[in-house]
Amino acid sequence: MQSKGISKDKWLAFLFLLPSIIAIAVFVYGFISWTGYVSLTNWNTLTPDFSFAGLRNYIFLFNDYRFLSGMRNTIFFTLFFLLGVLAMGFFLASFIDSNLKGEFFFRNIFLFPMALSFVVTGVVWQWLLNPSTGVNLLFTMLGFESVPQWYTSTTIAFGFPFPLGGIEFGIPVAMLAVVIAAVWQMTGFSLAMYLAGLRGIPDEVKEAARVDGASEFHIYRKVIFPMLMPITVSVVIIMGHMSLKIFDLIYAMTGSGPNFVTDVPGVYMFETTFRGNFFAQGAAIAIIMLVLVAVIIVPYLINARKGES
Amino acid sequence: MKKWKRYGLVSAAMIGAVTLAACGNEMESIDPDAEPENAGTETENEPADDTGGNAEEPADENEAAENGENADGEASGGGEGELEIFSWWTGAGEEAGLLALIDQFESDNPDVSVVNAAVAGGAGTNAQAVLASRMQGNDPPGTFQIHAGAALNTGWVEAGRMEPITDIWEEEEWMDKFPEDLIDMITSDGEIYSVPVNIHRSNTMFFNQSIFDEYGLEAPTTFDEFYDVADQLEAEGIVPLALGDTESWTALHLFETILLGVLGPDSYNQLWSGELGFDSPEVAEAVEHFDRMLEYINDDHAARNWQDAAQMVAQGDAAMNVMGDWAAGYFATDLELEPNVDFGWAETPDTEGEFIIVSDTFGLPQDVDDPDTVRDFLTFLGSVEAQDTFNPLKGSIPARVDADPEQYNEYGQETIDDFQNASLAPSLAHNSAAPAGFVSQADQAVNIFVSSRNHEQLIDSLQTAQEENIQ
Repeated sequence: MQSKGISKDKWLAFLFLLPSIIAIAVFVYGFISWTGYVSLTNWNTLTPDFSFAGLRNYIFLFNDYRFLSGMRNTIFFTLFFLLGVLAMGFFLASFIDSNLKGEFFFRNIFLFPMALSFVVTGVVWQWLLNPSTGVNLLFTMLGFESVPQWYTSTTIAFGFPFPLGGIEFGIPVAMLAVVIAAVWQMTGFSLAMYLAGLRGIPDEVKEAARVDGASEFHIYRKVIFPMLMPITVSVVIIMGHMSLKIFDLIYAMTGSGPNFVTDVPGVYMFETTFRGNFFAQGAAIAIIMLVLVAVIIVPYLINARKGES
Repeated sequence: MKKWKRYGLVSAAMIGAVTLAACGNEMESIDPDAEPENAGTETENEPADDTGGNAEEPADENEAAENGENADGEASGGGEGELEIFSWWTGAGEEAGLLALIDQFESDNPDVSVVNAAVAGGAGTNAQAVLASRMQGNDPPGTFQIHAGAALNTGWVEAGRMEPITDIWEEEEWMDKFPEDLIDMITSDGEIYSVPVNIHRSNTMFFNQSIFDEYGLEAPTTFDEFYDVADQLEAEGIVPLALGDTESWTALHLFETILLGVLGPDSYNQLWSGELGFDSPEVAEAVEHFDRMLEYINDDHAARNWQDAAQMVAQGDAAMNVMGDWAAGYFATDLELEPNVDFGWAETPDTEGEFIIVSDTFGLPQDVDDPDTVRDFLTFLGSVEAQDTFNPLKGSIPARVDADPEQYNEYGQETIDDFQNASLAPSLAHNSAAPAGFVSQADQAVNIFVSSRNHEQLIDSLQTAQEENIQ
């Protein structure tokens, strides 16, 4: 490939890609830059005001009770959601992989919730985990005196005062109810990924380990887990970026919650922009969310590129 | 064979991932106001999806506007005899009212075809999102629903996007057909900008008549009487006050009625002009009452919306509920309860002779294609005929003082009477008293207060919000 210039094939390929390159340049990167620009202005009323505000909107957010509550909730939601999805997915996959009868049936049972929209999941679990109806009726019937408050609990477990914004930092218990709904919906995905991964591990490797006298536990720790690592990473990336920008599940299931215990930046962005007309502030939230997701995605992309070359 | 299976699984997973990613990006939402039975049905999701699409538009349309590309040409609201009416009237009674209005207007103007562009959800927030993107992109609807007061005056009027329609008011000689206080709420710099269609009252307290009869209670008219009644109910094991603050405006709504009760109309109005600060002792007293009233609410308030709370009163699970009088429509129409038999009402404590109004109005945006059709429609909206068509269905009362009371039920007639004699005050929770920025910050402060009960924090936040948003 030298001095011959670019081949006809490549030109053609480029030509075919051009429309989508332009569309993405304008509609994705163009608008990201526009949002970035708006986030640095004073446009916080209905009347557009593009005077330069510097980092004022960002500084406001990092001292804002609601925004910091949302960030806290997002962190713990992502953490527990990932743990839940990985653990449940792996557990169910090993279960199905062990030459179970009716494998097809079980696999589809667990995959099915993925076909639903988060909105539907949100509405259903809103009723199931409603403190005065739903599963709590079952608990009351069984004679439990105090029932969980689920997504209306204002408790912050292991909480301590955070130096900024006056919030209490800790595990928002209400968020765990949302985690249950999200894990229920998304476990099918990690199950499918892990099942494919488990099928990809040749029996010979496991046999060899057994011959060498490894216990089942050791086989999992030293053989199966390492070989499933790439799959775990993919699941974490895909699920992680979803949970960092979650909006629909929360909006449908709980809203921002009492004392903002189930608020997330996405919901705050929508409400502050369109209810409060704080357009620049909403843009700043959007940019912070973008940065958060980029923190996860970019290292992955770089790593993937290294793997390619 | 096994290999095939594996590929199948991986591709299934990947397809799943792609679908999910797409779902994650869409800002799907449903109407959180919706009654459980309706949620998730197609009608619910459709308009909300629309929001998702449009919510990302402001940026793009602004850029267009900035580049000097005027999107004016394709503006709707006009065309050959076409009129687009934009609202968030999608609930049972209100939609019926709107459709009846459209029918009547179309039969009076056979050459005009009306487009009903209603957007459901979020107590109007979703509609506001769509409206904001359309207005900023120079693609205004023919006319749109907006509350009288700050929502109109500090919103699109201040942004210079509305046409004054004072001439219609003069031609139709409406100046003495609507209450003066209401006309003030739609006037900016001496020009009138909209036509009020209906009036809702926010400072109403509904109660379960049979509970009150059973224990021989009278509807409380003062705070002391309220606490007295509430204590008796609590002793009987009945939840005294129902609240459903899944959407925190309901808590703000309760707070605004307390503010009016403690401050009275004059001081209450001074809060919105900035003459009276939120750090004043009267506001502190109102916060005390707010705190004390919250002692009497249901435990699961955070999991209920306003309909769920009203239902508690309807079913006798709770005795009282402070809600705007759309709840009267909900009781009478949706739950088929008899006024004064199944449910009763009174003004919220210490607000007798006072009337917090929420009024839906329609105005004329700039740059619509066919302003004459819109003007015709606005003229029609202000007529007795239109007001008496719409309001009985919606469960509100007419904004005109000379409408026919016979068209309305017992609740409506009493309210029409009160409306003409009471001193009017704008609603905070419904965007009539203060700019949207203040309302959204007050909303957040109140949401925090309901859990924290920290008086100082609430007053500080309100004071800051006032300094930032109200001059």
